[in-house]
Amino acid sequence: MIQALTSPLLRVGLTAMIAFRALRRNKLRSTLTALGIIIGVASVVSIMALGRGTQKRIQDQVSSLGSNLLVIFSKSRRTNAASAGSGQSGNLTLADVEAIRREVRSVKALSPEVTLTAQAVANGRNWSTTIAGESPDYLHIRDWPLARGSMFTERELRTSARVAVIGSRTSRELFGPLHPVGQTVRIKNMPFTIIGQLESKGAGIGGADQDDRIVIPYTTAMRRLTGEKYPRLVTLQISSDDLMSAAQEQITALLRQRHRLTDGRKNDFDIVNQKEIADTVNSITTTLTYLLGGIAGLSLLVGGIGIMNIMLVSVTERTREIGTRIAVGAQPRDILLQFLIESITLSLLSGAIGVALGYGVSAAATMIPNFHPSVSTGSIVVAFGISFAVGVFFGFYPARKAANMNPIAALRFE
Amino acid sequence: MNASVIELDNLQKIYRTGDVEVRAVNGVSLRIERGDFVAIMGSSGSGKSTLMNMLGCLDQPTDGQYLLDGVDVARLGRSELSRLRNLKIGFVFQSFNLLSRTSACENVELPLFYTNPHVPLRDRRQRAIEALKKVGLGERLYNHPNQLSGGQQQRVAIARALVNNPELVLADEPTGNLDTRTSIEVMGLFQALNDAGITVIMVTHELDIAAYCKRIIVMRDGRIIRDEVNAARIFANDQRAVLDASEQHASLS
Repeated sequence: MIQALTSPLLRVGLTAMIAFRALRRNKLRSTLTALGIIIGVASVVSIMALGRGTQKRIQDQVSSLGSNLLVIFSKSRRTNAASAGSGQSGNLTLADVEAIRREVRSVKALSPEVTLTAQAVANGRNWSTTIAGESPDYLHIRDWPLARGSMFTERELRTSARVAVIGSRTSRELFGPLHPVGQTVRIKNMPFTIIGQLESKGAGIGGADQDDRIVIPYTTAMRRLTGEKYPRLVTLQISSDDLMSAAQEQITALLRQRHRLTDGRKNDFDIVNQKEIADTVNSITTTLTYLLGGIAGLSLLVGGIGIMNIMLVSVTERTREIGTRIAVGAQPRDILLQFLIESITLSLLSGAIGVALGYGVSAAATMIPNFHPSVSTGSIVVAFGISFAVGVFFGFYPARKAANMNPIAALRFE
Repeated sequence: MNASVIELDNLQKIYRTGDVEVRAVNGVSLRIERGDFVAIMGSSGSGKSTLMNMLGCLDQPTDGQYLLDGVDVARLGRSELSRLRNLKIGFVFQSFNLLSRTSACENVELPLFYTNPHVPLRDRRQRAIEALKKVGLGERLYNHPNQLSGGQQQRVAIARALVNNPELVLADEPTGNLDTRTSIEVMGLFQALNDAGITVIMVTHELDIAAYCKRIIVMRDGRIIRDEVNAARIFANDQRAVLDASEQHASLS
């Protein structure tokens, strides 16, 4: 009874041994055949890992903007390209901003923004950087802590004070290791007192360095630096996630009313929801990842055909061996199993090497700053599953061919 | 208990290619007793190979009855035939058919590999070593076929045929690829095995090889045309002495 139960298992084990030996005998051939599957699995695993890394990075960048953000962009009233976005012709006024603050309850904080690029001069050095005019709420909205010093106040905003909070990169460029707080920086020949220094935040969406900037009150930026009357955009923080779309609708209605847009006319502003950006970017990267993974998966198919080819060669080469085995008592299923195990061993072994290589690629990619690709268990399971399936699928036909051989003809095969 | 190892009754094998019907074996009736040593002779196309394939359960007769050790073979399926071959028949081929790059010992173990119920590894090895000792290769257990002479390779094949204690050893031109001296040695081995009680059936077209057997069957056109006891049986020991003498003579002159 026990014999009857253990016997099939033992036979599989023994047959596996024969298969291993046959593969070892043709090392070069086995390796070359395996290469197809190895490359396929390695690319699937590494592409999936890189895709996950990219997604994670984008998510980090989106959440580094702060949470529950809406951004209102002004559309130029004139369609003249030269004046588009110049700030002189914007239609989002500070009065609009005030109205939103007053009337939309769910708005927790907001900051109109004016940006310009200018030379900052300090400490005998010169550095071209982004000057961002913002409100005192800006750091709250962006969830951006100060390394030292403080943010400017409402009072300083009202008085268009010449105060500045400096980004870590800009500080390093201008002051080196020195503390910038209390120093003076000249922007467009106008002295600003540095009252705070920002923590480092790294690259933002699109890869721009968020740490290379000087933040000043938007009133100061508009009146003293650019002369613009309108903010280019307004960043708003909504008090909770659930209220995002309601707030978006409310602001749209309010602005349409204030801009006297009758029904049927298009908005002269854009409202972008942070979550929407994240979702869009996410779905794009996910689609791309699966697309690339699928293309890489095709090479598994090609690898499988390679296995089938080599198994057919192997069956033909070993015709006499097969004949001999059948003559001395091998059952057709013993022969089938022998060749099937051979092809499965080949494909699984290739799969394992492929997974290891994929890990390697993924590990190498972690050397890219702020990039953390990770190999998911799912992709390993899938890679192994597909390798196994490829081994069975492409090994079955040659194995059946071997099992169905006529022993008389096989024994005489030259 | 039936004393006959093989009982054939009007055995037929007919091949059809298109409209042409070839009666490769055309009504063969035959009894072979335990302990016999039979040579089957005939020119090519006489049907001796076809008969041999059927005796070896590698092929099924078109008609007629074949009892192997009392079992009616004609009714068995592929896998039952495999089992029967494994347990009751040992094969020796003209071109040895050893697995290359596999030691003598493992080659001899091969049939045990497929024996059901399973033979444990240690028993397999033990029985393979015993079989190799029986054919005089106790010193070359782990050599690969390419490290052995033709005669030695054929001995390994004979050991493989013996390892599962078969009722019957079937040899298909076992000396066809061997020189005279080695042929004598191999035939001597068959004679020794036969003396020990093993039934041997051998296909050959060489009269001087058939002369070692106890009984000679001659076939032509699918029928047995002669079946007689070999009155002029020769023995390997004598033949070796004759060969030695003639070689000495040749080198002297």
